[in-house]
Amino acid sequence: MHAHVHFLHIVRHLAIAVAALIAAALPAAAQDTVKLGLVAAISGQSAKSGEAIVRGLSVALDEINAKGGLLGKKVELIVRDDESNPAKGAVAARELVQREKVAALFGGLDTPVSLAIVPFANQSKVPFMGVWAAGTPITRNGAAENYVFRVSAVDELVDKALVDYSIKKYQVKKPGMILINNPWGESNEKGLRAALAAKNIPFAGIEKFETNDVDVVPQLTRLKEAGADVLYLVANVAPSSQVVKSLDRMGWNVPIVSHWGPAGGRFSELAGPSAAKVHFVQTYSLSGKLSPKGDTVLAALKAKYPAIKTLADVTPAVGIANAYDAMHLTGLAIAKAGSLQGPKIREAFYAIGPYEGLIKTYARPFTSDNQDALSENDYIFTHFVDGEILRLAH
Amino acid sequence: MGALHRQRPYFFFLNQTSKIGERNILITSAVLSGLALGSMYGLIALGFHMTYVVSNTVNFSQGSSVMLGAVLGYTFAVRLGLPLPLACAAALLCCAAFGLLVERTLVRPFASRGSNAWLMATVAGGIVLDNVVLFTFGKEPRSFPPMLSERPIEVFGAGVFPLQLIIPVVGIAIAAALAMLLRRTRHGKSLLAVVQNTDAARLMGINVTRTIAVTYALSTALAGLAGLLIAPLFSVHSDMGTLFGLKAFAVAILGGITSAWGVMLAGILYGVAEALVTALLGSSHTQIAMFTLVIAALALMPNGLFGRAPVKKV
Repeated sequence: MHAHVHFLHIVRHLAIAVAALIAAALPAAAQDTVKLGLVAAISGQSAKSGEAIVRGLSVALDEINAKGGLLGKKVELIVRDDESNPAKGAVAARELVQREKVAALFGGLDTPVSLAIVPFANQSKVPFMGVWAAGTPITRNGAAENYVFRVSAVDELVDKALVDYSIKKYQVKKPGMILINNPWGESNEKGLRAALAAKNIPFAGIEKFETNDVDVVPQLTRLKEAGADVLYLVANVAPSSQVVKSLDRMGWNVPIVSHWGPAGGRFSELAGPSAAKVHFVQTYSLSGKLSPKGDTVLAALKAKYPAIKTLADVTPAVGIANAYDAMHLTGLAIAKAGSLQGPKIREAFYAIGPYEGLIKTYARPFTSDNQDALSENDYIFTHFVDGEILRLAH
Repeated sequence: MGALHRQRPYFFFLNQTSKIGERNILITSAVLSGLALGSMYGLIALGFHMTYVVSNTVNFSQGSSVMLGAVLGYTFAVRLGLPLPLACAAALLCCAAFGLLVERTLVRPFASRGSNAWLMATVAGGIVLDNVVLFTFGKEPRSFPPMLSERPIEVFGAGVFPLQLIIPVVGIAIAAALAMLLRRTRHGKSLLAVVQNTDAARLMGINVTRTIAVTYALSTALAGLAGLLIAPLFSVHSDMGTLFGLKAFAVAILGGITSAWGVMLAGILYGVAEALVTALLGSSHTQIAMFTLVIAALALMPNGLFGRAPVKKV
């Protein structure tokens, strides 16, 4: 009886030892590839943004792998859904770094999610590359060793660009703001106030509205009464279209200069023909004559994703273009670092360039004072015509 | 739109450049906006009223029924290509069927045991429906085909879509019809008999179970109608009804849930007050002012603006 129990003990110990050996061997086997992680909204209202990011990253990844990968290994993308929820995003980032041992992380559309990941990325010394969320403090986070980089717009710079555009195009004298009532709207209120103050332009008023407001006429009438000659609009696609419909009803034909919210969905369908009056900022557009690089990427997209038939199927192009350039820049940094260690990759980010990308040629994309690869000079203004985002002349 | 500008000087006594004229337009357009939205709150609140007077229960998934009406209307009209009136009728029938389902599965099993769990069950039912629609209808907001909402007309200097003027007419007509039905017809009287004394009504040969079920069907159809009426002015998406449902319940309580007229009037008052507060004080104050007003009104008049105190039998 006694001997029998003893035997069982040995078997159990052996089993545990074997399991531990297997567990130890597994990550080593898995590290035959270079793993990169993406935390973005794959489901929910912003699912389309996640899809665009995955497409942009994947096309760039295929190009990198076709040229032999990185550090002699194939590169692999591991995607996690944050459902636009900061807590879920933070958990997913932790899982990707600690379990999957990704060398770098990419982020999605939602500023709150990215802000939740930033402290973890800096703590665990894993480069975090933003490709969409525009919140100013994502890259400008005050960390002594900043691991956060971005190839996208920055709210503070967008607000400057909106003001500049309204001066050049409409000789604005007294603009009004119509902003969504959430932290994104608030951060842009700050940015717009600062940008207007810098140009010494007074404003007619600041009005807020809710995501599910049907009727924005009362707010708009106040701005009209206060003498607004241009409207700055900051809201996602559905609420933006309620602003346009309300303006139609009032019969108020006022220029609208907008952040990139309308790009996130079927703005032409939702807002009707007046959608074209809204001029909004983008970092890239696939419309019109493209650079050779643009043609190549578009062809690769169509080949890889048969669902893409017309340009209307690749909106929003910003997600694709930002992600594409971000993946290549990250690849260059890893190659230059010659290592998958975060601190070495971070140093290498400062040393890369020039690189001829899709959005532009990056002379020196990142410095330790500016971890944003794009500036207000890279923004373009566009509008929707029949479901397609078309470039506007400056 | 250009035409609207040109027309303006011919209208009423308003001088477009005078401050008083602009203030008038501000108020007129706020009142017109508020009338339409308020009547819609009223329509949804009438649904709360109906089930309450007949069965002492309310369906907290009314907001989701608003969404269901709009989503089904869109699906029938745009995806299946049915003519708009047919699509709307089909959507309303489906909403009524949803009401029957809610009553049978989320209300009756609890209410018949004297439990109040129908309260939570109907809230949960609404959340389930919202999410089912999210996965089947899709995540992107879509646009409902225009119904008298393409070209604005001008009323006292303020632009308004004809549909916005029709919503209050529909709302008031339905409230009037309901009040008539309940007080003047045999069917209506039997409905009221059910709520006054269920057992006596049953003894008098009134089919209580069926009466309550029919009331639920009618009340969700009203919510669906509200959804169809607002959809062309709004966009169609899975969470479009939540806030409407919430405001409509506030309206139902404010109106004194026992009176059809009271509920409709409270809806219109709420909508107009909401638009006026936004127009005159600014949008940042709207929610604070409105819900403070609701609380104050209820503190002063515990039975709502138009309700009667329940008679307590000792």
